[in-house]
Amino acid sequence: MLSFKKGVVLLDLKLATLSQIVAMPLPSKVMIPLLQHTGIECKPLVKIGDKVALYQKIGDSSLGLCAPVHASVSGTVVDLIRSDISGTECISVVIEAKPDKAPELVRDNSVLKRSTDELLAIVREAGIVGLSGSCFPTHIKLKPPKAVDSLIINCAECEPYLTCDHRLMLEYAPDIISGIKAEMQILGVDKAYIAIESNKRDAIHLFKELLHGERNITVKVLRTKYPQGAEKVIIKSVLGRDCPHSKLPFDVGVVVSNVATVKAVFDALFFRKPLIERVVTVSGDVRHSQNMLVRIGTPIKELIAFCGGYSSEPRKLIVGGPMMGACLSTDEAPVTKGTNCVLVQSKPVLLEPSHCVRCGRCVDACPYNLMPTIIAKASEHRDFILANSYHAMECMECGCCAFVCPAKIPLVQHIRLAKHEISARMRK
Amino acid sequence: MIVSHSPHILHKITTNKLYLLFIIGLLFPTAAGIYFFGMSALFVILVCIVSAILFDFIFQLILKKKPHLSLSTIITSLLLALVLPPTVPWWIPVFGVIIAVGIVKYAFGPGNAIFNPALAARTFLAVSFPLLMSTYVAVDGTTSATPLAVAKLNGFSSLVAQYSTTGNLYFDLFIGNRPGCIGETSAMLILIGGLFLICFKVIDWRIPFFYLGSVAVLSFAFGHDVLFSLLSGGLLLGAFFMATDYVTSPLSRKGKIFFAIGCGLLTVILRIYSGYPEGVAFSILLMNAAVPLIDRLVKPKPFGY
Repeated sequence: MLSFKKGVVLLDLKLATLSQIVAMPLPSKVMIPLLQHTGIECKPLVKIGDKVALYQKIGDSSLGLCAPVHASVSGTVVDLIRSDISGTECISVVIEAKPDKAPELVRDNSVLKRSTDELLAIVREAGIVGLSGSCFPTHIKLKPPKAVDSLIINCAECEPYLTCDHRLMLEYAPDIISGIKAEMQILGVDKAYIAIESNKRDAIHLFKELLHGERNITVKVLRTKYPQGAEKVIIKSVLGRDCPHSKLPFDVGVVVSNVATVKAVFDALFFRKPLIERVVTVSGDVRHSQNMLVRIGTPIKELIAFCGGYSSEPRKLIVGGPMMGACLSTDEAPVTKGTNCVLVQSKPVLLEPSHCVRCGRCVDACPYNLMPTIIAKASEHRDFILANSYHAMECMECGCCAFVCPAKIPLVQHIRLAKHEISARMRK
Repeated sequence: MIVSHSPHILHKITTNKLYLLFIIGLLFPTAAGIYFFGMSALFVILVCIVSAILFDFIFQLILKKKPHLSLSTIITSLLLALVLPPTVPWWIPVFGVIIAVGIVKYAFGPGNAIFNPALAARTFLAVSFPLLMSTYVAVDGTTSATPLAVAKLNGFSSLVAQYSTTGNLYFDLFIGNRPGCIGETSAMLILIGGLFLICFKVIDWRIPFFYLGSVAVLSFAFGHDVLFSLLSGGLLLGAFFMATDYVTSPLSRKGKIFFAIGCGLLTVILRIYSGYPEGVAFSILLMNAAVPLIDRLVKPKPFGY
């Protein structure tokens, strides 16, 4: 079994959500942020009072790195508000839904006969971004500045609780395989690797069966360990290539694509379906944890309600996994393109940090081979030159160090501050 | 709603749990010491622990910290007791505790000590009160020299003659039937305690493994009896409980290996060429001093470097 050094073995906690994906009923109102991707904010293409149809493009920008945003429901635009409720400050389009006959989506089986540029344009028009939380515009990801030779499909889903990718693999395997072939054609590679963690035995079995006879696409089984799904880690595990520091995967000839993104690319190419919904795992202290197909812009409190409500007084609301997710201050926040999981904690861990005893567990756990305690101490003393010399910028904030720290020191927070300061000074 | 930074789940380990497990591991050599050396050993141990708690409180008050029971201080005092001869008068452990807790721990700051507090205090006492600190008793209470001292003065063969056969020598060294410091004599119980700590991931296996390994290799190279070198003196106690101290050992895995090999080399060289029969305490202290350098030179290599 392929694996990587260090990291931490975590409890799965995925049992509660291994049932079939359920489609959530239409929300009455959606709030669609115009910045749901890495890049610049979209400009609104609608104004208050406009009637919009499902799949209609409501935001776009040609001024830089951007992926358009589409209406996830038919209805009327009631507001354009500036808010940071989704985590990033931007304008959001609020649409009051009115049930309407959804436009038909016709399958186009000859789409792959088009040129690469046309295919990339279709992907861009559909507003596809990386659905694992990174939200990088896929049409740029699939056109790397350097030639690549391999495509890795990231099916690791290493964070506890999350099962959205796993269920997607079980329920849409043939579509995913078509999506992989499409991405291979766009990138011009002849080798693709589907990297799955060993705890998803049924998915591994299913894909191995479906790919029987396919020479170019192989299933690679990875040992279940966190953070197996991190880009540099998965490249190292699958291909044994070391991604150079401060460089990206295409520098070692690889593109890593999340499996949910591949499914979205399939929908975009073969059905011209824009990104207006995604699978979200809702887990933790809710009555019925499950995976749901949710329209972008649905308030998270409606997801919780659909799950039977909170099972006890919620103290923490996390978007993303428990290791790298961000906290929300209110459940009015909307589901965005990057919302892969909503976790409710009613008994959160309350940190009482004590002083570092130099036990070295953080150094033993860091999958990027950094020394978190030294960077954190340097950050505390505001010595950012020292922090930089210990490669603070390489940290991807996976949380392994803070997880194992017996002194409960908020290492990730300190390192994040150091990264922020270092990049601010570099820009000067 | 609480808004805090990731990660939102944490391992259940705490520093106090680690210290408790370490104390449990230390109880094995402590029990051996009390069994072999009786009431005088128990007295030294109790004086160490009680005065450590007392002086810890005093220093905390001086430094205007909230007085609390610190498990690391208990560990330091117990370790100090285990490396003292069982026949020392009451003021030796008290003096040692003031040095270990006051100077090495609080003057440098908790978590920032350069030297292992128990060993530094022990060495200070050994250099200041050489006669008291080098007077040992056999299990029956008669004053006698430690096996290492006999081997250094009169040669290994005369030591074997004391025990009749090498087999007898190894056996007595293994169970602890020999003169020495309170906690260092019983190899068997130290090994049980040490393996317990390694299994529960309290200490890193690399330090004892490479420390003992390099002592074995170097003793063999010098033509000395390897098993005798490993079982005698404070080597096993030092390798499992002293060199593995978190604060005074390197952070990285490779660094720990360098540190352990350095300790091993110095131990053998000091045992053979220095005026003292034993070199463990000095070699660990010297390598402690080298730890900041090791941490700077031996770093794990990040991805792509």
